[in-house]
Amino acid sequence: MALLRVSNLEVDFDTPEGLVKAVNGMNFEVAEGETLAIVGESGSGKSQMVLSFMGLLAENGHARGEALFHDKDLLKMNPRDLNRIRGKHIAMIFQDPMTSLNPFLTIEKQMAEVVMHHQGLGREEARSHAVEMLRAVRIPDPEERIKQYPHEYSGGMRQRVMIAIGLLCEPELLIADEPSTALDVTVQAQIIELVSELRKQTHMALILITHDLAAVAEIADRIVVMYAGEAVETGSVDDIFYRPQHPYTRGLLASVPRLDRESDDELQAIPGNPPNLLDLPVGCRFRDRCVEAVEQCRQRPPLWVTQDGRSSRCVLPVEGGEILEEPAAVEQTA
Amino acid sequence: MRQEGLLRHATTRLLGLVPTLLILITIAFFLIRMAPGGPFDGEKVLPPEIRANLDANYHLDEPLLQQYFRYLGQIITGDFGPSFQYKDWTVNELIAQGFPVSATIGGLAMLLAFVLGTLIGTLAALRQNSAVDYSVMGVAMLGISIPNFVVAPLLILVVAVYAGWLPAGGWDWSWQRMVLPVITLALPVIAYIARLTRGSMIEVLHSNYIRTARAKGLPELLVIRRHALKPAILPVISYMGPATAALITGSVVIERIYSIPGLGSYFVQGALNRDYTLVMGVVVFYGVVIVVLNFIVDLLYAWLNPRIRYDVT
Amino acid sequence: MNSEIKTSNEDLSVSDPFAAAFVEEDVRGRSLWVDAWHRLRKNRAAVVSGVIMAFMLLLVVFGPMVLPWEADFTDWDNTSTPPSLETAHWFGTDAVGRDILVRTLEGGRISLLVGLVATLVSLVIGVTYGAVAGYYGGLTDRVMMRIVDIVYALPFMFFVILLMVVFGRHIILIFVAIGAVNWLDMARIVRGQTLSLKNTEFVEAARACGVTHNSIIRRHIIPNLLGVVIVYVTLTIPQVILVESFLSFLGLGVQEPMSSWGALVNDGAQDMESAPWTLVFPATFLTVTLYCFNYIGDGMRDALDPKDHL
Ligand SMILES: Nc1ncnc2c1ncn2[C@@H]1O[C@H](COP(=O)(O)OP(=O)(O)OP(=O)(O)O)[C@@H](O)[C@H]1O
Ligand code: SF4
Ligand SMILES: [Mg+2]
Repeated sequence: MALLRVSNLEVDFDTPEGLVKAVNGMNFEVAEGETLAIVGESGSGKSQMVLSFMGLLAENGHARGEALFHDKDLLKMNPRDLNRIRGKHIAMIFQDPMTSLNPFLTIEKQMAEVVMHHQGLGREEARSHAVEMLRAVRIPDPEERIKQYPHEYSGGMRQRVMIAIGLLCEPELLIADEPSTALDVTVQAQIIELVSELRKQTHMALILITHDLAAVAEIADRIVVMYAGEAVETGSVDDIFYRPQHPYTRGLLASVPRLDRESDDELQAIPGNPPNLLDLPVGCRFRDRCVEAVEQCRQRPPLWVTQDGRSSRCVLPVEGGEILEEPAAVEQTA
Repeated sequence: MRQEGLLRHATTRLLGLVPTLLILITIAFFLIRMAPGGPFDGEKVLPPEIRANLDANYHLDEPLLQQYFRYLGQIITGDFGPSFQYKDWTVNELIAQGFPVSATIGGLAMLLAFVLGTLIGTLAALRQNSAVDYSVMGVAMLGISIPNFVVAPLLILVVAVYAGWLPAGGWDWSWQRMVLPVITLALPVIAYIARLTRGSMIEVLHSNYIRTARAKGLPELLVIRRHALKPAILPVISYMGPATAALITGSVVIERIYSIPGLGSYFVQGALNRDYTLVMGVVVFYGVVIVVLNFIVDLLYAWLNPRIRYDVT
Repeated sequence: MNSEIKTSNEDLSVSDPFAAAFVEEDVRGRSLWVDAWHRLRKNRAAVVSGVIMAFMLLLVVFGPMVLPWEADFTDWDNTSTPPSLETAHWFGTDAVGRDILVRTLEGGRISLLVGLVATLVSLVIGVTYGAVAGYYGGLTDRVMMRIVDIVYALPFMFFVILLMVVFGRHIILIFVAIGAVNWLDMARIVRGQTLSLKNTEFVEAARACGVTHNSIIRRHIIPNLLGVVIVYVTLTIPQVILVESFLSFLGLGVQEPMSSWGALVNDGAQDMESAPWTLVFPATFLTVTLYCFNYIGDGMRDALDPKDHL
């Protein structure tokens, strides 16, 4: 059974320029203990998608659709119930470690409050638990460093602290939103490694958001490729890396450095820009940049689905797949 | 380590205040001496020998520069000299009499303004762009715009004269006589602090660390109290320095309208009567008060803000 | 004129990439004002305030010419009469029979005049001081700003009072005294702005193109400063009006027969029990003016510097 099942999720923002449609009909599942990578260019809606069912959208944002966690819809939950889940059963690590910790409180306060609130621990217990957690994310000298303020930590260290905070209550699902992009390259790898290692120890499920396909090859079970607010292709790591179906996925792969390729002059970013979210085209959203585009792509492309959970939204057929009936809600927005 | 730094920081800051005070004293001294007329010109023309006697008594016959250094030397010992106008009184005695009254009103007004202002500002921020927000902020703008010498007579008219709930003025240290002056003095400061708090609170509520706090599943009230309040109040803390100055000047008017024997009334009287020593005394004294309060506010700010380091500035 | 600018831009843009950035900045500068204007027009409070102030200005300037009373005419048949149409004293009269409406309007002339002129004084001092400090930087800047810091800590209202006492209550002195103590904020803001502008790319680019210092100041620093200065001026005017009325209220402002709103409020407060209208009308005019100016200043700030405001 799926731990989290997201269907027809839409997020839009009221702005003075009009309605920004950041997420348009996302569908995916995360099984218990599974690692799902969500990959897409900057602005494709990855962050807003997860923020929406964490109840963390900006005031001008609205979410529709369903996000079932243990069969309970996070989007329709009242704040009290949602707060019993956030931080306890679902934890989240944010994109920007430099600003995600409160500069006015010590690390101890920011860690202890989580377990004190969710598990009713006393101050002392909470503290020693927090120290343990800091040790687990390999902060040296945790007893001393826990008394410090965030500005006394480096960026990589802060992200470790964020991870430690996320893991305090042993959540069933950890959402890591580009946990390493803001950091320098060597630290990036360490952070990703740390996250996947801790995940193995605790058997929690992981949603790893990134725009770097290469970074997830080792650790993800499945990958969702996002483009302009929707999932264009979903599949296992092997499917995505060795049998990519969607032209966008192929384009992304062409821009990833790989061991099985000889020279890096083949590396190429996909030319062009994603569509304007204020005014999405009716047909395929990737059409302007797609090398395989045909006349048919002016209409909404079909969604191909196979038995083993692959899917692709494109006129190009998927081997062994069939076209899924379009849900009405999606039809309307298209 | 932090404490030590704070102490060093405090010492350097304190030493930095010396030139400020010196300039303050100098400007005030020469300014008032440039005034045409002197303290003994008001009454009927005095016989020359008596006049000379008086001048000698107060050292007015010495060259100006000598008087200046004499005054400086005197002030270092904390002595503001005798008042010209209130015979038999020293300026120190007048200050000792007037300041507690002014400080009480000012202090209470500041307390009221801080509590109400931050509360109102926070509420408006939480209801941003709602009817509550708009009306509260409209009223706050009015609070900033109405001069307190307009509010005071209106309050007296309504609360004291028509309704008869409170006395219209006078002073006897009873709370009844404090209510109206304190409210009048606090109103614009409440309004200003409310606007300030609203702005900074909205900014803080949009920050990433508040999102983190919410993601932890903490109830909204706790998020605000523990995570948002302190950073949102910091700008208010730095405003407290200038606010004190505003309260002190404001009390000059308040004291006059409500007939309160505070330091402000002495100052206005002294200024009108060319009471050199009194005016100088009050300006210097208030200068010190403002400078010291600014200094305290500074320390408070540094203490509240862990990011401030005490490197030598 | 427009075409002139265009051709010179084209010349620059072909020559080198720096110049292109420089030209782009120019264009952006222009649309900044257009954007600001649009934002300001959407701010209802500011627009309404602007209209009220325009009306107030007309009233204050032309009202006394049209009305049948002279400000110092004493109508002995109607002393302390409440507002009435019959006596033709629409706002009533004071204890010696002077018409409150005319006096309020004439007082408004003084109050607004002081507001404008004293602000101008503080503007000239502040901009010059701040721009010099910011432009030359280094030691000059440090010394100049240290002086500002020191003066900042002085109880300046007392100094105004002192100035008035010392030099007498002449209106010119009021302009200067109030202006002279209000320039500190302006100097700080202008200095900060100049400093940051001095280092921004387009000034660099202009230098790289061989544009002279003077023309950098004239064509780039001044127009960019203009935004901040306009905001600050609209916020200073009400402050200055307030200070003047404060002085007048204490009997240290303008002298009889001249009058200002502050002085009228002071007069009114003496008689408020028997003749509340003598207090209420000037007080209302004063408050409305301050209220409107504050809203206009707020609106200007939001319009010209939207990131400052959420
Ligand atoms: N409060 C908001 N108001 C209007 N538009 C918004 C708001 N928040 C986000 N957006 C828009 O939603 C779109 C998706 O943003 P999102 O943060 O999800 O991108 P992302 O995929 O996470 O990109 P990145 O890799 O850069 O983090 C962007 O185009 C962004 O401009
Ligand atoms: S639907 Fe057409 S345009 Fe879109 S990805 Fe497929 S082939 Fe390209
Ligand atoms: Mg993102």
